[in-house]
Amino acid sequence: MDTPRALLKKSIFPSLLVLFLATLPFYMPPYTPLAVTSILMYIVLTVSWAMFCGPTRYISLATATFFGVGMYTSAVLGERLPLPLVVACGSLVSFLIGLLTGFICLRLRGFYFAIFTFGLNELVRNFVLWWEGRVAHTVGRWVVLVDSLTIYYYMLVIVLLTVLVAFFISRSRYGLILLSIGEAEEAAAHIGINVTRYRIFFFALSCLFMGMAGAVMATKWAYIDPRIAFNPVLNFTPVLMALFGGVGNVFGPILGAGVLTLASEILLSRFPYYYMLLYGILFIVIISFLPDGLVGLSRRWRENPLIS
Amino acid sequence: MSIKLIFDVAITGLIMGGIYALIAMGLNLQYGVARVLNVSHGEFVMVGAFITYFAHVLFGINPLLSLVLCGPMLFIIGLFMYRTLFQYLRRSSQSLDMFEGRSMLASFGLLYVIQNIALLWWGPNVKAYAYLSYPIRFLGLTFEANRLVALLFTLVLILVFYLFVVYSKAGKAIRAAAQNEKSAQLLGINVPAVLGFCFGLGTLLAGVAGSIVSMMQEITPLMGFPYLIIAMIVLVLGGAGNILGSLLGGLILGGVTTVVMYVEPGLSLVVSYVIFALILLIRPEGVLGR
Amino acid sequence: MGILEGDKVTKFFGGLAAVFDVDFDINKGEIVGLIGPNGAGKTTLFNMISGSLSTTGGEIRYRGKRISNLKPYQICKLGIARTFQSVKLFANISVFDHVFLGSICGTESRTKTADAQRKAATLLEMVGLSARKSDLARNLPLAEQKRLEVARALSTEPQVLLLDEVMAGLTATELTSFTTLIREIRNEGTTILLVEHVMQAIMDISDRIIVLHHGVKIAEGLPREIVTNKRVIEVYLGTDAYAEHQQP
Repeated sequence: MDTPRALLKKSIFPSLLVLFLATLPFYMPPYTPLAVTSILMYIVLTVSWAMFCGPTRYISLATATFFGVGMYTSAVLGERLPLPLVVACGSLVSFLIGLLTGFICLRLRGFYFAIFTFGLNELVRNFVLWWEGRVAHTVGRWVVLVDSLTIYYYMLVIVLLTVLVAFFISRSRYGLILLSIGEAEEAAAHIGINVTRYRIFFFALSCLFMGMAGAVMATKWAYIDPRIAFNPVLNFTPVLMALFGGVGNVFGPILGAGVLTLASEILLSRFPYYYMLLYGILFIVIISFLPDGLVGLSRRWRENPLIS
Repeated sequence: MSIKLIFDVAITGLIMGGIYALIAMGLNLQYGVARVLNVSHGEFVMVGAFITYFAHVLFGINPLLSLVLCGPMLFIIGLFMYRTLFQYLRRSSQSLDMFEGRSMLASFGLLYVIQNIALLWWGPNVKAYAYLSYPIRFLGLTFEANRLVALLFTLVLILVFYLFVVYSKAGKAIRAAAQNEKSAQLLGINVPAVLGFCFGLGTLLAGVAGSIVSMMQEITPLMGFPYLIIAMIVLVLGGAGNILGSLLGGLILGGVTTVVMYVEPGLSLVVSYVIFALILLIRPEGVLGR
Repeated sequence: MGILEGDKVTKFFGGLAAVFDVDFDINKGEIVGLIGPNGAGKTTLFNMISGSLSTTGGEIRYRGKRISNLKPYQICKLGIARTFQSVKLFANISVFDHVFLGSICGTESRTKTADAQRKAATLLEMVGLSARKSDLARNLPLAEQKRLEVARALSTEPQVLLLDEVMAGLTATELTSFTTLIREIRNEGTTILLVEHVMQAIMDISDRIIVLHHGVKIAEGLPREIVTNKRVIEVYLGTDAYAEHQQP
C-alpha cells in the first residue's frame, strides 16, 4: 500500500486531466463536449464492467441491459423529478435488478454465466417491447430534454465517481477478495470468503454505475425505444475496450475505452458505410493479438526493454 | 378451437422445432466438441437462406436442390473459419477457459463482419420468393405445400444427421472427441481434424436450416440473431455436448414457442428465456446433460 | 468426545458409494493419518468435512456441533482449514497476500489490516517463505507452493488442519523439513488429519492411522499395528513395509 506522499504524487497527472476536462467547454468549440461525452460514457461502462468482471474473470454480457434500465427510468421519471433524483433512481433500480440477476446466477460458472447474461438482454428487450406495445401503447419514449453542457458535467462527475470507487476497491481487501475469487474460487471459499455474497454485491455495484450512466445519456439521445436502449452492441463493446486496455488495474479500461472510442469516432466519420464491418474486424484482431491489452503490452515492454 | 387450428399449430410447431433442432445441433457440435461458443451461428442461417434465395431467383434452381448446394458450401466456409481463426486462438490460449472466452468474443466480431457484408452486398430490405405456395388438400384440410415439404425435409435431415452421429465411424469419432480429447487422441483419432470437421458440420446444419426457412418466410440480413438466441437456449436445455438433447430440446422449444405465438405473439422469446432461466437454475447441466 | 467426529458418514455418487458408513473420532492435538489405495474415498471424505461436498448420509461433528452440509466458508470460520490434492493457489497473487487474505477472511470477527499483516508475516516466517513474500504464487517451485498452501490454511487460525497429499512430489530433503513443519504445527496446538501416499512419512508422523478401501474403513490403530494388519497388507502395503516394521 502506498504512503500518502506517493499517492499524492501519483494523483498529479489524473488531477490535471480532470481539471482540463472540467474547463474544456470554456476554450473548445461547442461540439467538443458533445464528442467527449460519448467517450465518458464508454469509460463509465468499461470501468464498471471491469470493476467486477476484471478480477473475478466472469464475463458479463449484460451491460446494455443495466444501461437500458437506467435509460428507461429516466424516460419514465424525467418529467416528474429533478435530474439528480432521476439519476439516483436510475442507479438504484439498476442496482436492485443487478442484485436479483446476481442472485439468480448464483450457481452458474463461466460459460453459463456468460450465456445467461447474454440472453438476459434479449429477454429484457423483448419484454419491454411487448409491455410498451401492449400495456403502455407506445413504441418509444421521449425523454425530458437537458442541455448538452449539463449532460457533459453530469457524465464527468459520474466518471469520477466510478473511477474512484473502482480504484479504491481494487486497492482494498475487497479487491484482493474479488481477485481470489477469479483465481481459485473453491480455495477462496475455503479460507472463509462468502463467495456468493461478494459476487452478488459487487456485480450489482457495477450495474449501479451502468444505470447511472444510462439515466443521463437518455436525456442526450432524447428518444429511446427498446432497440436503442438495450442495444446488444453495448454488451460487447465495453468488454472489448476493457480487454484492449487490459483488466489488471483501473487505468487499463480507461485507456481502452478512450482509445477505442476515439478510433471509432474517426472510423465513423471516414467510412460511414463500412464502419460496422471494420468494427467487427477490429474486434477479431484485438482478441487475437492483444490478449493482455495495452497495459499488458507496456508491462511486457518494461520487463523486456529493447534497449537495456 | 377448430381442428384446422390444432393442425396448424402442430405442423408449425414441428417445423419450427425441427429448424431449431437443426440449428441447435449445429451449435452443439461447435461448442460441445470444438469448444467454440459461436455467437455468429445465426448469421450462417442467414447466409444459407440467402444462397437459396439467389439460387432460386437468379438461376431458377429448385430450393430443395439448393439444400445440396448450400450444405457443402457452408461446410467449407465453416471449416475455413475454424482453420484460420479458431484454431489459431486455440493454440495461442493458455487454458481451455481462456480459449472459450476468447473464441466467443472473436465470434462476436465475426457476427458483425458477416452481417455487415450481407447488409452492404444485399441491402437491408426484406426479400422473399414464392415456392410451392399453392395449397394442398390433406385429410380434408388445406395446407400450403411448401410448409409440408419443409416439414418433411426437416425431419429427414434430422434423421439422417442423427443416424450419422450415432452409427457412423465419423460420428463415433466425434462423440469420442467430445467426451475426452486426450483419450480420443490416444485411440488414434485425429482430434484437430475432427474439431474442424465438427465446426464445419455445424455451419452446414445452420445453412441448411436457413435454406428451409427461406422457403416459408421472408429473409433479411438481420434475421440470424433470434435464431442464435434460441439455439443457445436449446443448447443449455439439452446439455452441451449432448446431440440428442439438442434434438429433443429444439423440438420441445419449437412446440412451446409456437403455442405461445398463437396466444400472445410478442412473448414467445420471453417464455423461452424464462424456461431457459429456470433450467439453468434447477439443473445447469441441462435436462439431459452429461 | 473428540474435536472432530464422524458418524456413519456416507456419500453416494449416483449408484456408486464413494464413502460408506465411515466412523471416526479425532482427539484434540492428535496427528491422524488417513491412507488407502487410489479411489478409496479419502479426498471425498475430506471434501465432506470441509464442506465442498454434501453428505448423503451420516453426520460430521466439530466440537460437538453438527457441521455436515454447512458451506465451506462457514466451516473455515468455525476452525477447520485444508489444503488440496492439486495445489489451488491464487496464481497471480503474491505470497504475502495469500496469507494476509486468510488472516482477514478466515476468522469469525473482523480483523484489522495491521493485525492481519503482522500475523501474515509471522506465519511466513514459520513456513520459511519470508524471503519470497512479494513473489507471485505461480512463480514458486512446487515444494514452496505446498508450504504456501499450508501457510494460507494456517492463517485462518484453524483448530483442525486437513492436509491432502501435501507431501506428494517432494524430494527427500523437502520431505524431512515438511515433516518437521507438521510437527511444529501440532505443537502449537492444532489437530491434524492428513492423507498421504508417502508411507514412510505418514507412518513416522502419525499418532494413529485410519485405513479406507473402496469407501469403507477397514482398519484403525497405531502405525505399527496397521503395518502388521493382515487385511491392510493384502489390500495396500505390500510386503516391504511389512518386513521393515518387523525388524526390532
